Amino acid sequence: MSADGIAAPPGASPLAAIRAVPRAGWHVATVAATHRETPNASRIELDVDGWPGNAAGQHLDVRLTAPDAYTATRSYSIASSGDSTRVVLAVDKLPDGEVSPFLVDDLRAGDQLEVHGPLGAFFVWRPAVESGDDRPVQLIAGGSGVVPLYAMAHAHADASDPTPFRLLYSVRTPRDVYFADEWRALAAASAPLQVDLVYTRQAPDDWPAPPGRITREALEAAVIPAAERPRVYVCGSTGFVERVADWLVGLGHAPGDIRTERYGGT
Amino acid sequence: MSFITRGFSGRGRERDDRLPPGQTLVGDFPVLSAGPTPDIDTADWAFTIRTESGVDHTWTWDEFMALPIEDVTTDIHCVTHWSKLGTGWRGVALDTLFEGVDTDYGYTMAHSYGGYTTNVPLEDLLDGKAWVAFEFDGEPLDPEHGGPARLLVPHLYFWKSAKWVRGLTMMEEDEPGFWEQNGYHLRGDPWKEERYW
Amino acid sequence: MTGHLDGNALAGPLADFFSFDITTTTGRCNACGTVAEFARAMVYMSGAGTVVRCATCDHVLAVLVDTGERAWIDLAGVSAIEVRR
Repeated sequence: MSADGIAAPPGASPLAAIRAVPRAGWHVATVAATHRETPNASRIELDVDGWPGNAAGQHLDVRLTAPDAYTATRSYSIASSGDSTRVVLAVDKLPDGEVSPFLVDDLRAGDQLEVHGPLGAFFVWRPAVESGDDRPVQLIAGGSGVVPLYAMAHAHADASDPTPFRLLYSVRTPRDVYFADEWRALAAASAPLQVDLVYTRQAPDDWPAPPGRITREALEAAVIPAAERPRVYVCGSTGFVERVADWLVGLGHAPGDIRTERYGGT
Repeated sequence: MSFITRGFSGRGRERDDRLPPGQTLVGDFPVLSAGPTPDIDTADWAFTIRTESGVDHTWTWDEFMALPIEDVTTDIHCVTHWSKLGTGWRGVALDTLFEGVDTDYGYTMAHSYGGYTTNVPLEDLLDGKAWVAFEFDGEPLDPEHGGPARLLVPHLYFWKSAKWVRGLTMMEEDEPGFWEQNGYHLRGDPWKEERYW
Repeated sequence: MTGHLDGNALAGPLADFFSFDITTTTGRCNACGTVAEFARAMVYMSGAGTVVRCATCDHVLAVLVDTGERAWIDLAGVSAIEVRR
């Protein structure tokens, strides 16, 4: 956040120093690649003409236009960050959705759509050298809510940032884990990251705990203690975020240290 | 709009001459929500008409259910461009509720549990044009759709059919309710496409 | 969808109208006095409009109605907002 009073990096203009994130705008995006991320989700790589770059954790709006000028707009978290005009999304298919089934099943390389962004400067993480905040970071994801948190962990590794990171990731089955290979690489990188998984429907054979919804006790055991004043980012469905945020406050985390992003819609 | 995304058509949109201009047909019943869904027990529910003299005409749930009940089949039109044809409701006509009400005022403000308001001219509520409905498609009205009871004014855009309705206050002049203060039309006739100011 | 979203979701709908990011802007609730970032508010999105409510007391902070050609932005539920660039 700009209000933390951090000195401008050398060479930056005063305005760039105080502007936390690039200005949002509408851009035409061309699909560079799309592939299955999980049985129910696709990773979509977009080349976005004029994209000003984005901070880790930001989102964008996708607008689709039908031949009769009907449009549908939905928000998606961005899995990538930095200056690149290559923007990566990972989209979960909602069963009754109007937009997500199209994006997951029908979109192919070369297709074009419109994107609006980058959006939101609140649910973002910036390296400690920029933010001046080196408190540990706890990430908590439910399902596809892992996408903006993956962007944060990736930016953290890219910056070789020394801030301790821990991720608690609740997911239905092992096949539903987003960025499975990437998490292994990030955990092995020099930036400190610990990943804890909770399986809600089906766990791997050798998993120590039976599958089930995360409990308050499991949460307490797997998150950085409140005494260490971690900054906490929670993203998932409304119900998941609400439960987790209530438990965190009950465990002594200051509400102001918890940032949440609920998702809904189709 | 020159930009088109290949292969995208959106959810099916149908035309039908029973539809007002700019409306498309839907099969489901989209929910339009400006706040949390209030949880109202019928034991705590009451409906009140307040007039300029300060007199309250109030019905508890049991008193309300003892009034003449009507079956209504009607089309409904939401300002967000969806319409649903031939929907079935049960409720009490506003004509019944206004039988013993003495007022010279010509406008009403509908108030809901949860704080929502919408303004409706009295003449749009009388002569068989509006009901306080408590059943939809043969089932008690789901809280999501305004249960235990909602206003049903099907000849106006559906935001006028206030969910979780708890009463009407008579007004001398027409004043805007919640959405009407924020761009939506004071009356909202779908056949005239009275969507916005 | 009957649940609410976080104020983060306001970033897109309001980006066209303000030259600053609304989500990191703080505002004071006119009903209960809570001062918080808009990102921490509760957002109800429907086709008719977007309603922003105080996460502490549920009071309506702001309403956005956007037809594409015209938009109405009602901030009557907040007193002075603090804008962070």
